[in-house]
Amino acid sequence: MGEAPLSDGEAAPATRAEAPAGTRGGDVRARRVSGVEPARLRVRWIAAGVAAVLVALIAGLALGPVGLNPGGVFIELLDLIPGVSLHSGLSPSEQAIVTQLRLPRVCLGLLVGAMLALAGGCYQGVFRNPLADPYLLGIAAGAGLGATLGIIGGHAFELLPGAGGSGTPIYVPFAAFAGALVAVTLTYALGAAGGSARTPAVLVLAGVAVTAFLTAGQTYLQQRYVETIREVYTWIMGRLTTAGWHDVLLVLPFAVVTGAVMLAYRRQLDVMSVGDAEAESLGAHPRRTRLVLVIAASLGTAAAVSVSGLIGFVGIIVPHTVRLMAGSSYRVILPLSAMFGAAFLALADLGARTLTAPDEIPIGVVTAFFGAPFFIVILRTSRRL
Amino acid sequence: MLPQENGRLGPHAVSVRGAGVILDGNQIIAGIDLDVATGEWLTIIGPNGAGKSTLLRTLGGLLPFAGDIELFGTPLGRMRRRDRARLVASVAQDPVVPPGMAVVDYVLLGRTPYIPVLAGESAVDRDAVAEVLVRLDLERFAGRRLESLSGGERQRVFLARALAQGANLLLLDEPTSALDIGHQQDVLELVDKLRRDGGLTVIATMHDLSIAGEYAQRMVLMAGGRVVAAGRPRDVLTQDMLALHYQARVRVIDGEQGPLVVPVRAGD
Repeated sequence: MGEAPLSDGEAAPATRAEAPAGTRGGDVRARRVSGVEPARLRVRWIAAGVAAVLVALIAGLALGPVGLNPGGVFIELLDLIPGVSLHSGLSPSEQAIVTQLRLPRVCLGLLVGAMLALAGGCYQGVFRNPLADPYLLGIAAGAGLGATLGIIGGHAFELLPGAGGSGTPIYVPFAAFAGALVAVTLTYALGAAGGSARTPAVLVLAGVAVTAFLTAGQTYLQQRYVETIREVYTWIMGRLTTAGWHDVLLVLPFAVVTGAVMLAYRRQLDVMSVGDAEAESLGAHPRRTRLVLVIAASLGTAAAVSVSGLIGFVGIIVPHTVRLMAGSSYRVILPLSAMFGAAFLALADLGARTLTAPDEIPIGVVTAFFGAPFFIVILRTSRRL
Repeated sequence: MLPQENGRLGPHAVSVRGAGVILDGNQIIAGIDLDVATGEWLTIIGPNGAGKSTLLRTLGGLLPFAGDIELFGTPLGRMRRRDRARLVASVAQDPVVPPGMAVVDYVLLGRTPYIPVLAGESAVDRDAVAEVLVRLDLERFAGRRLESLSGGERQRVFLARALAQGANLLLLDEPTSALDIGHQQDVLELVDKLRRDGGLTVIATMHDLSIAGEYAQRMVLMAGGRVVAAGRPRDVLTQDMLALHYQARVRVIDGEQGPLVVPVRAGD
């Protein structure tokens, strides 16, 4: 049997894979593989993401019942930066509309969108499942039950300040947040009861069970306290209507911390894409990584959901759009998902409050209206689900 | 972080004493004693369910075990995962092909034990990947999606990821089971060349006994979770041995590179 012709093109065969540095480094560099480099976040994609966020921000501030000059809005924004003093040409009342009415709402949209898209991308990587979304482990059902309990409790103790008013009582977000965390904890505990065989699939199934259980509880409560249905329903469909700086400040710390954790671990998600066994043989800790990321994504999602209600599809369509445009590496997907998710939700909220003005469409309807058709496309083009 | 911390290699790449593995209450392998010299090619054969893959995964540090296993003189149980991954590289029997991943990104995964958990790869890692791609003649595939490659091309990419780990011990679980005979020979010649040129130690499991015997310097025959024969291929690949442990009717012919095992149908 002759020498196989596989390696004819070799130049330096008697060397180790690990030793290209030093004297031989230049040699290798010269032979750099025809310009193909590992995936990384390219500047043009960062620029596109930043541009999308800026467009959403300016549009969200300029458009509404009172139309404002986008250029003036932009200058007004710059003026808000400490140490910068500019004249936007907006009247004082217009300035108030921008900074006190619209800016908090747009900022909340950006934050919630970034959180949901980032968490969705994370879940898809952690569970190696393109259909995973931030609600996979029962967050939606838990938050829904928590919010329902909060609203019912508010009625029972007559804490609600005029049920017809625009304000949801301040404790509802906390009840929703608590419900979401209870649900995820329950899912993880149930999944862990499978013992050493705690595979991602077991966790997902536990999430299905927890979701069904908590949804049943919520349905029962709604039937029992029919008078709260409208409020609960409004909450579930999602809304950024009551946004003041208060909600933004509530979400911000969670968004910053959990977002930083998720982005920091993005390379580990690429390692986990070969499965737990191979990831371990590569020296990674897939189970530890999964736990950290599930905690971070769940906390971030719970915080977002608690102030926005259940906004669907953002967590699926944004990461998938990014994947289609910029490649399958989570090093790229996660940061871009955060930026485009922020822009998408802020624009969706703009649609929600302007398309049928003066009425508002629930933002969950807007995202699903665009999300569902897109989802069909994903289903039809995805090679492997 | 680079090469020479693996530099002091003892004479034995692998030393196993009384190793056993219990999975879900079942004793899968037991009483394994095994020594593999540095630079040697050892092939593990045996019928289905003999415990070949379990032994390989145990050596790769992926399963809890009883007994003593040392890799290059260091107890396997005391190695940190990253350190182990710099010493041992595995190619699974049917590696996961992540959807959409480019070959260059896949090979870069081999650098995981050198890249801090929360950091990105360095120029050294990128150069290591480039060098492995050149060495395995995979340059033209670097930007291709892994799933778009043929079986033989994929197998070389799997090997490239393992080589990027810079490990001294290469564990191959049925490296040729998905390939036609021409590509089987290509891949095994490639592995043998890497072994001879780079001082790699190779432990492989294989089903095709003839081709296994041609590349292995030493063979281990497993059955029922135990080692039942070990030695040079012509000592292990005998008609009696294969009849006993495989319940197979074979004829063993003396070949140039090793015994050739031909299955024959029972006559009436």
